[in-house]
Parts: sequence; C-alpha cells; structure tokens
Amino acid sequence: MGPHPDLPWPVRVDHRVQETRDIFTLQLTLEDPGVRAAYRALPGQYNMLYLFGVGEVPISVVSSPEDGGPLEHTIRAVGRVTRGLERLRVGDRLGLRGPYGRGWPVDAARGRDVVVVTGGLGCAPVVAMIRYILDHREAHGSLTLLQGVKHSDDLIWRRQYRRWARQPQVQVLLASDQPGPQWPHSVGNVTVLLDRARIPPGALALLCGPEPMMKAVIPGLMQRGIAAEDIFLSIERNMQCGIGHCGHCQVGPHFICQDGPVFPYPGIADWIDREGF
Amino acid sequence: MDDAPLFLPRPEADRLPEALRSAGYGRVLGPVARDGTVVLAPIQTWADLPAGLRDEQAPGHYRLVPGEDRRCFAWANGPQALKPLTFAPREVLWRARRDADGALQFDPAVASPEPCAVLGARPCDLAALALQERHFLHGRFPDPAFRARREALFLVAVACTHPADTCFCAATGDGPGLPRQGFDLGLTELKAGYLMVSGSDRGRRVLQSLDLAPAGKAQRRQARAALTRAAKAQTRRLPGQRLQAELYARLQADHWAQVGERCLSCGNCTAVCPTCFCHMETDEPALDGRDSTHLRQWSSCFNAEHSFMGHFVVRHDTRLRYRQWLTHKLASWHEQYGRSGCVGCGRCITWCPVGIDLTAETAALLAEPPHGTAS
Repeated sequence: MGPHPDLPWPVRVDHRVQETRDIFTLQLTLEDPGVRAAYRALPGQYNMLYLFGVGEVPISVVSSPEDGGPLEHTIRAVGRVTRGLERLRVGDRLGLRGPYGRGWPVDAARGRDVVVVTGGLGCAPVVAMIRYILDHREAHGSLTLLQGVKHSDDLIWRRQYRRWARQPQVQVLLASDQPGPQWPHSVGNVTVLLDRARIPPGALALLCGPEPMMKAVIPGLMQRGIAAEDIFLSIERNMQCGIGHCGHCQVGPHFICQDGPVFPYPGIADWIDREGF
Repeated sequence: MDDAPLFLPRPEADRLPEALRSAGYGRVLGPVARDGTVVLAPIQTWADLPAGLRDEQAPGHYRLVPGEDRRCFAWANGPQALKPLTFAPREVLWRARRDADGALQFDPAVASPEPCAVLGARPCDLAALALQERHFLHGRFPDPAFRARREALFLVAVACTHPADTCFCAATGDGPGLPRQGFDLGLTELKAGYLMVSGSDRGRRVLQSLDLAPAGKAQRRQARAALTRAAKAQTRRLPGQRLQAELYARLQADHWAQVGERCLSCGNCTAVCPTCFCHMETDEPALDGRDSTHLRQWSSCFNAEHSFMGHFVVRHDTRLRYRQWLTHKLASWHEQYGRSGCVGCGRCITWCPVGIDLTAETAALLAEPPHGTAS
C-alpha cells in the first residue's frame, strides 16, 4: 500500500504579517529539504493547511512559483481553523499538503495583455499570477489590475499596489463601496472602474472574488472585446480533502478542488452565483 | 467468464462457505436476519442465512415476513450494501504527533484488512461498487484504504429472483440478473439449489474445488424464467437512464419546494445509498495535546456542514439540499462518472422516514415545463 494521498508535511512559520485587523499572511517553510526542493505550486493553486488538533483549510499560495523562498499564504480569520492559524507566530509548526487544483492559464497568458478583476480578499488567489507576470514582464503584454473592496479599510497590500503601478505597462485602479476619509480612489463597486480601465480587445481576463461581483463584471469585459473563453474565474467552496473525494466542493458536475479552482468562463457560466450550488 | 453454470444442490450448500475458507477467506460474511432486517454479518454455515424469509418493502416501510419456501435469498436487500466494506463509515486517515519542541510528525494509517468473502452481493450492489471504484480508485489520487479493502474482498453475487416493490434495477440496467463481471462467483437460487458461475480467475478456482455437475437444461430454464419474472415484477422506474438535460432544465421547478416541505433532511437516503461517497474530515486531538487523529466519516449533502463556507451555508434550506442530491445522483454523475449514480436498489425509498420516492419525485419534476438550461 502506498502512502496516503492526503498526508501533510510539517512546515514552520518563518514570517508573519498582520495585513488588516483580521487578515494576516504566513510565510511557511517546508521542514524536509527534499520535499522543499521538489515542491512547486503554479499560480492559482492552493494548499491544505493543517492546524494541529483542529483541522485543515484550503488556502491559495500567494508567492510566485519562481520565488524559491517560503510559501506565502494570506488568510482571513473567519472560521475555527483560520482563527487558530491567526494565533500562530514565527517558529510555530503546522501541516501543509498540496499544491492542488488547476491554476491560472499561465501558458495562454504568454504574449497577451492581461486584465485582472478582483473583489474583497479575492485578490489573494491571483497575486501569485500577478507576481509571475511581473517576474516575466517582457513575455507578457499590458497588465491592468482592477480591485474593489466593500470598505476602504478592507484594502490590503496598498504598498504592493503602489509598487505594481510603477511597473511598465501596468495600470492599477481601486474602488471602494464605502470609502473612508482620504480615500484617493474610485467610489462604487469594481464595475465603475471599467470605463477608465485599459482593456485591450483580445486580452485575457482573470477574475476572483464574490460570484455576484464576477458575474456583474463579465458583460462589461465582453463588450470591450474580451472573448468568453478568455475569461477565467477562481471559485471557492467548502473543500475538505482537496483531492476530489469528499464531495463538499461540488458545483453542478464540477469538483472545484480538482477541476478548479480556476475555470474558463464557458465551463462554469451556468453554475456561478446560482442559489444552492 | 461465460462457462456453462454448474449446480450446487441445496443440501450441499455448506460446501461453499467451507470452500471459501479453504481458499483463504477466513472471514465469510453473509445475509443474516437481524434487527428486523437483513444485514451482512459473519456466518459459519448455510443455516445462518435467512431461509424462508421475504422482505416487504414500500416507501418508509421494511418488514421481514415468511416466504413461500425455504429459499435463502427470497429477499431483495437490507439497508447495507457493500459500501461499508470498502468505504468505511469512519476511519483514521493519519495521525499527527507533536513533540516537546512543537515539531510535528505525520503518520499515515495503514489498513491491512483480512481477506473477506461476501456471500449475497446483489447486482445493484455490484453496479454501485463499480461506481465507487471509479470515484475512489480511478481518479488522480487512488485511495489506499479503499483499495486495500476492495482487494481483500471475494464477492459471491446472488441474482435477484425476488425483488421488492421498491426495486427498479431493471429500469436502470443494473439487475436483476448477474452482470458480466465485477464478482468472483455468481449464484442464482432455485428451490432445489444454486446455479453457479465464476466471474474471475479466483472464483473459477473456488468453483473447480467444489467439483460440481453442470446445471441441467430444465434448471437453466427455471433460472432464466425466475429472472424474467423478477424484472417484470418491478413496477417502479425512472423516466430514462440519461436525465441530466431534463433535470438541468428544471433547476427552478416548483416541485423542489414541494418535496423540500416533506423531506426531513435527515440523510438516511445518503447513508443507505450504495453510491453516495460524500464524507467529512475531522480531527480528534488527544487530551494530553501530544497527538491528534485525522479521520474521515460519512457525511451527507443534507447536512448544513456539507456546504458550509466559513461565513455562510450555500444550501441553507431543504429544498436546495434535496435538489443537490437528486441532480447529483441522476444528472451530474453522468458528467463525472459516465453514468447515473442510481443503480435502482430502492433503499432511499424504503429507508426514508417520510417515504419520499425518488422515482415519483423525478416524474413530478419532469412533468413541469423546462425553465432554462444549464449545460
């Protein structure tokens, strides 16, 4: 009998950043050097993080596959496991298994203009892809980043957005439904940014965030010349095994954990933002 | 394996469990009348089988009643299929240990099941097992515990000559006769004894060790007639074997709310369903904080836990959970595994406390006009 397909590896917290009141980033190092050398997550894939004695949660890998350093995970403390993970400090141990699932279309993005539309913490699953594109700047066309948040206090990575905006051929536009004082960006949901955004016809669009937000922005992207099959969405569901066995993450015929989390829009169009699926 | 059937006379039937034990299957499970139903349990001799009993099944109803003769397989099924034997209701996946410095170590659970022969696997159960094998073994991550248990199983299938009123395997194409493969030995029961065929090489070896005479022409005719009668006796059916387009076009049907009013969301149907595979993963930490056991246990799409997303529940009411179950079973299974997830065993009908009948619900849904489509 072979090893169990869902056995975690031990990892150590190398660095921790408190991003907002309830969002934090853990940089994790695989303790086994052999596992560390062999591990490679593609942008958009996720790991199952295990908190000792509590349980596991699926968390996207934020670091670029080529970064070679610790594996970065940005997490919002909302449930039992994530609230426990929030209390981990540098040097603490946890379990990690992965990477799982299908990520962003890295190959299809080569030589193309890319438009990224995200909402809320939705940005996290696509950050690895943004970093990958910027690591290979010359191999890609323009990059447009549209990020919407409900309240301006929810915006994380302000410095990172500013850094990205300074890169050649990168446009960053931010919007907030409920802006606080001195919010220098747009007001409203992310769709208000479409008119000001650089959206080259024929671009690839990568979407991540609440399903109603993604559904709302798609017609605008298509009107501006982006084909349905060039739109990709990252979908989130209850995932407990990550390997297509436990059945929790099913949306219609799709196992989000393995068939996704990233889907081309035509394959998932009938199922997103649909009550009960 | 299509060898001509051999005949095991009823008075000699005890030779079969003996032959199975001699072939290395120290544990022999067979149907036993217990708790008012038929369950798979360890048996020693043929006398342990439910001779002379029939089952009376109807929506929300199961009774064992006296049959017309001393046949041992004149019942259709009990609440168990083969599922608990391969997909354990609750099992340890791995253990995490934490040392004094906080370092973690993960140890996989190792399943080493003893060889086990099962007497009385029904054709619907075999069809369901084949589907569970597709799910647990034929994907990218074959499940080692499932595989170990499956490989330890020797299956003695028994054709269904006495279907229950809740059975509809003839309509799903999964019974009542024996399939071509997926078992080791196959039996068809007559009053005087058993027609026997082998379905695998190891089955053939056991059959040869019994040194039986070929079944006579009359016995073969009787067996064929019994199975034809069994198929004709089935009155329930699904309105087709490929229903995904019809069901996807009715995701907004009014009937979902109607059935949702009656459904208790108890999960009995998913527990007795031989193909349902959903399970939850959970941790049990030791009180001393040194180790924790990571388990999986059967779960159900009728639980709120199933679609819990940290801050909300995707399927917050019973209407949506019933729709998830039925559209998964009869529609999206086609895309996932190439066929419907229903094998016509009727267990979900019998063991539903309020007697919800998926064949009737499906017919009621399809009687509504289609709304929109999902491809």
